[in-house]
Amino acid sequence: MSAALDPAHPARGPGDRLTGLFWRRPWVLLALLLAPPLLWLGVVYVGSLVALLWQSFYSIDEFSGMVVPELTLKTYAELLRPSNADVILRTATMAAAVTVASAVLAFPIAYYAARYAKGRWKAAFYLGVMLPLWSSYLVKVYAWKLILAKEGIVTWAFEGLGAGNILNAVLAIPVIGGNSLSTSYIGTFLVFLYVWLPFMILPMQASLERVPATMLEASGDLGARPGQTFRHVILPLAMPGVIAGSIFTFSLTLGDYIIPQIVGSSRLFIGQAVYTLQGTAGNIPLAAAFAVVPILIMLVYLAVARRLGAFDAL
Amino acid sequence: MTAAVDFTHVSRQFGSGAAAVRAVDDVSLTIAEGEFFAMLGPSGSGKTTCLRLISGFESPNAGTIRIFGQDMGSVPPNRRHVNTVFQDYALFPHMTVRDNVAYGLMVRGVDRRTRMARAEEMLALVHLPEFGGRKPGQLSGGQRQRVALARALVNEPRVLLLDEPLGALDLKLREAMQDELKSLQKRLGITFVFVTHDQGEALSMADRVAVFSRGKIVQTGSPAEVYERPATRFVADFVGSSNVLSPEQSARLGGPARWTSLRPEAIRLAAEGAPGTVTALRYLGAGTRVSVALEAGLDLGVLLPAGAPVPAPGDAVRLTWERSAMHAMEGEA
Ligand SMILES: Nc1ncnc2c1ncn2[C@@H]1O[C@H](COP(=O)(O)OP(=O)(O)OP(=O)(O)O)[C@@H](O)[C@H]1O
Ligand SMILES: [Mg+2]
Repeated sequence: MSAALDPAHPARGPGDRLTGLFWRRPWVLLALLLAPPLLWLGVVYVGSLVALLWQSFYSIDEFSGMVVPELTLKTYAELLRPSNADVILRTATMAAAVTVASAVLAFPIAYYAARYAKGRWKAAFYLGVMLPLWSSYLVKVYAWKLILAKEGIVTWAFEGLGAGNILNAVLAIPVIGGNSLSTSYIGTFLVFLYVWLPFMILPMQASLERVPATMLEASGDLGARPGQTFRHVILPLAMPGVIAGSIFTFSLTLGDYIIPQIVGSSRLFIGQAVYTLQGTAGNIPLAAAFAVVPILIMLVYLAVARRLGAFDAL
Repeated sequence: MTAAVDFTHVSRQFGSGAAAVRAVDDVSLTIAEGEFFAMLGPSGSGKTTCLRLISGFESPNAGTIRIFGQDMGSVPPNRRHVNTVFQDYALFPHMTVRDNVAYGLMVRGVDRRTRMARAEEMLALVHLPEFGGRKPGQLSGGQRQRVALARALVNEPRVLLLDEPLGALDLKLREAMQDELKSLQKRLGITFVFVTHDQGEALSMADRVAVFSRGKIVQTGSPAEVYERPATRFVADFVGSSNVLSPEQSARLGGPARWTSLRPEAIRLAAEGAPGTVTALRYLGAGTRVSVALEAGLDLGVLLPAGAPVPAPGDAVRLTWERSAMHAMEGEA
């Protein structure tokens, strides 16, 4: 019907005409809405990833230190040299430890929040989990350095409680121990755990929230003991959340280069290796190859999780 | 013979002080073994709470619950020989239909071969033999309902609890499932406790019906008893939307000077009788419900069978009925 002939709906100008166009050709609006994010994803995001991947197949001339723009696997072979492989192993082990520990710590908190917390307590939960995220990451890490330092509050508290020898015994453990908490792997681990824990709690809580209470009752009704309900019903249904959270904690730990620099034993993690290689060393290809490693690890991790049925409840 | 389920003065209240809700209020009931027992009542009348007291997900504040003579005071849900078909079915979404059905056997440690065979048997029993490999998300509402039934039956419970299991189904499927449930119960000989707020469903399926109102049982009896001889005004109105007459109204129409129930289908249009005016019509398919304002000063609902001539709103009519159709009810409530 022509708008001009309809006295109840007189034509109102360009805005109306635009609305009319969108209504008649819905794909125009869709294309307009999708163009910016697709451009961003396609060009800026995927584009730079591809560039990164590409560079990792270049190599560096040992004498001149110049990048040789020819495709080769030489740089990847470089990664396998013991000193570099050590960095990868150290980082992956740390990331795995942080992920497992945060899953174990996060579960009870997320479970309580999803199943029992109501109203005010729920608000308190969200605040408590998110609050640390609102303050500067650097401030938190430096605060932890002081907390864990030899003269810090942890040592003081242990000694005050007459448990100083326990702390010393822990620090005496080879490899992960050290001179003080702030210069040991244990310290690095604790700070990673603190900083990434919210990223595990929130997705876990979201997935537990979606498990109806009657599902747990049905399990008990059919004769399952609480432990069996946990293993066969709660855990599988929470799995997508655990996996989502572990993607965060794992990849954030794999990529971080500040925490191990400030708190820890001054041995390199992948992030630090990338940082020094692309900066002072000027070895962009090796830096790129290092940066590809976390991506590969995550892909393998997701494939294994999928094979084990972690996404069955999605 | 010991009763399958026995409540003596059972109460369950939520909250405390002024905000307390007496969901189940001093209920005593006895359900015989092998009986199809329906709990009928409006929303919020305490039916689900009663069922959860039997399954063990709620515990009573007062009174004792016995199942086959055994006091359930300290028996957790997973150790009662009772299974439930939940209103929302509560199927496990991450398991196949077969694993869902076999769940009760799995947690009891039955070996895989045996429990898969049993699961297939149960699926055949509910007419879903081909569906074992699917996930619950790939089933229709009626199919899910059957899987929930098969899952609850696999443990061979002595009492099966069903909480409005047909609520989500369309009318046709509902009626088919009603027949099926009834014949299944006959065949297996299991005690069924069936919760519904649909009086037609309760009357057509149950051996005995308990009518709930505000946490109390107001009447228990066979469907015919409850329908034809409602104990209270509430029952008369809730079961079959009867005309409820006050003692004065009843006396004016030649009935007893008591609260009285007069079924709409017992009233006929005739040349002689109480005069009145038609105020509204409601076409029901199998009949027509006519509202008549009597000159005696009250409204009566009349159910005319299909085929009978139907008056128009505003018409003057006369109503007649057998005096024996006026059923006097006890008490005030
Ligand atoms: N966990 C609870 N906490 C507080 N009040 C509750 C709880 N469970 C039930 N109630 C209250 O108890 C009363 C009875 O509830 P119940 O679920 O037994 O009713 P119902 O007869 O099953 O109703 P419907 O037909 O709507 O399912 C209601 O007033 C309800 O609000
Ligand atoms: Mg209910």
